[in-house]
Amino acid sequence: MYSEKVMDHFQNPRNMGEVEDPDGVGEVGNPQCGDVMRITIKVDDQERIEDIKFKTLGCGAAIATSSMVTEMAKGKTLGEAEEISKKMVADALGGLPPQKMHCSNLASDGLKKAIEDYRSRHGSS
Amino acid sequence: MKDPIFLDNAATTRTDPEVVEEMKPWFDERYGSPATLYAMGAEAKQAIEEARQRLADLIGADVKEIYFTSGATEANNWAIKGTAEALASKGKHIITTNAEHHALLMPCRHLEKNGWEVTYLPVDGEGLVTPEAVADAIRDDTVLVTMAHGNHEIGTIQPIAAIGAVTRERGVTFHVNAAQTVGHVPVDVAELECDLLSLSAHKFYGPKGVGALWMRRGVRTTPLLHGGGQERKRRPGTHNVPGIVGLGKAAQLARNRMQSEAKKLVELRDYLIEGIEKGLDDVRLNGSRSERLPNNVNFSIEGIEGESIMLSLSYPTAEGSRPVYVSTGSACVSGTLEPSHILLALGVPVEMAHGSVRLTLSHENTREECDYVLETLFEVVERLRSMSPVYKRGASKCATGNDNDGCDCEAAG
Repeated sequence: MYSEKVMDHFQNPRNMGEVEDPDGVGEVGNPQCGDVMRITIKVDDQERIEDIKFKTLGCGAAIATSSMVTEMAKGKTLGEAEEISKKMVADALGGLPPQKMHCSNLASDGLKKAIEDYRSRHGSS
Repeated sequence: MKDPIFLDNAATTRTDPEVVEEMKPWFDERYGSPATLYAMGAEAKQAIEEARQRLADLIGADVKEIYFTSGATEANNWAIKGTAEALASKGKHIITTNAEHHALLMPCRHLEKNGWEVTYLPVDGEGLVTPEAVADAIRDDTVLVTMAHGNHEIGTIQPIAAIGAVTRERGVTFHVNAAQTVGHVPVDVAELECDLLSLSAHKFYGPKGVGALWMRRGVRTTPLLHGGGQERKRRPGTHNVPGIVGLGKAAQLARNRMQSEAKKLVELRDYLIEGIEKGLDDVRLNGSRSERLPNNVNFSIEGIEGESIMLSLSYPTAEGSRPVYVSTGSACVSGTLEPSHILLALGVPVEMAHGSVRLTLSHENTREECDYVLETLFEVVERLRSMSPVYKRGASKCATGNDNDGCDCEAAG
């Protein structure tokens, strides 16, 4: 039911963990739904995502999309990273089963929250 | 890939090689229909009657009370909808529990939509209902009590004989879904005091697609299917001869080895339960410790989600490792946003229900396999917990902001 790419990111997640002393933190989902994603970012003085890590509670798709988002966002400017959509994440993974598109594909929202958090801390918009 | 370790035997079992052997000639050598009179038909007729006898012997029934079906789902549908329809003029109230398999729950829901009233008795924290609760729920218009003997997910065995005594006394038809118990623990229809009993061959080393409904003589049900004269006109359709022969063989084997098998499975089951409780913190055994199917282990594991446990076990990455096949009550697998209604019925917190894993044994599993499974499961849990942003963080709350009880999962997505 999952693509090879989803399984690869599930089994070998990229950038799993927490960035030390993060510049922005975003968390979405809730345990009662079975999915929680936490994205931490380090931003350089060019407003580029220098480092990004995730921690995720959830199904295979939840873990794979989190991993994929970190890979897609790393090295991008905040503006570019904000453009990453759920569909882009799913496409990059070779598609997701339809029922997984919503409940388990929250990682891009988590990233946007982390960027918002960075901006509110640093007073830029 | 190395040989998988199959621990999903409540879903289905491997057809026993002896069963397969017995079925073989009935596909392409002796393929006559039992409904015909020439020799090839007559021998098929004889074969299905022998199978009927073997099944009757297993469950203490009269051969004339056994009707072959396509499985337990059909038998449940027939028992529930057929009884409701036949007794509609007497009343339209049905009693079941809130922890039933969909094959029993959905026929009840269907009737609810069509004018019947259904009482869903709440099970306790172990998944049990009491005969007293059933007695209290019976009304003048109650026509049917229906429930599982052994629960497929949590393994709880209901006190069917005591409930049967109540329904018998009150004159209410009693249907039991015995798909998880027939061939595994003693099932004797006389002792259980039920009127209808469903079973399925592939749950006890028989083939898929064949089962039976046992119906006590004199019980009124309307047939589900209408057609030819097979099964005394009550279940038409050309007989699945190889399947029925396989069911009969599986019944015969079960009768001979059930007792020793159950003893072995209880040992392995308790070995797994003990191993998990010793090896992992923050777990909860779901179901009953004493009233439990010999092959069922079901745990909720805090801080992680069931589908990711299942996937990790079934697609191991390390060279030479064996896939382990299990199941889960997580929402991700139920196809809805809700985790298993059975775990919720026990009062398992929603986030713990998402993190459930079910291991169900067969007589082919070994102690060595259990050791392997425990070791692998511990590694998987440690890895997934290390990835979890909530494990060991304390009280759960909605990161989406609405941290009231009714977290809206749809909105969160």
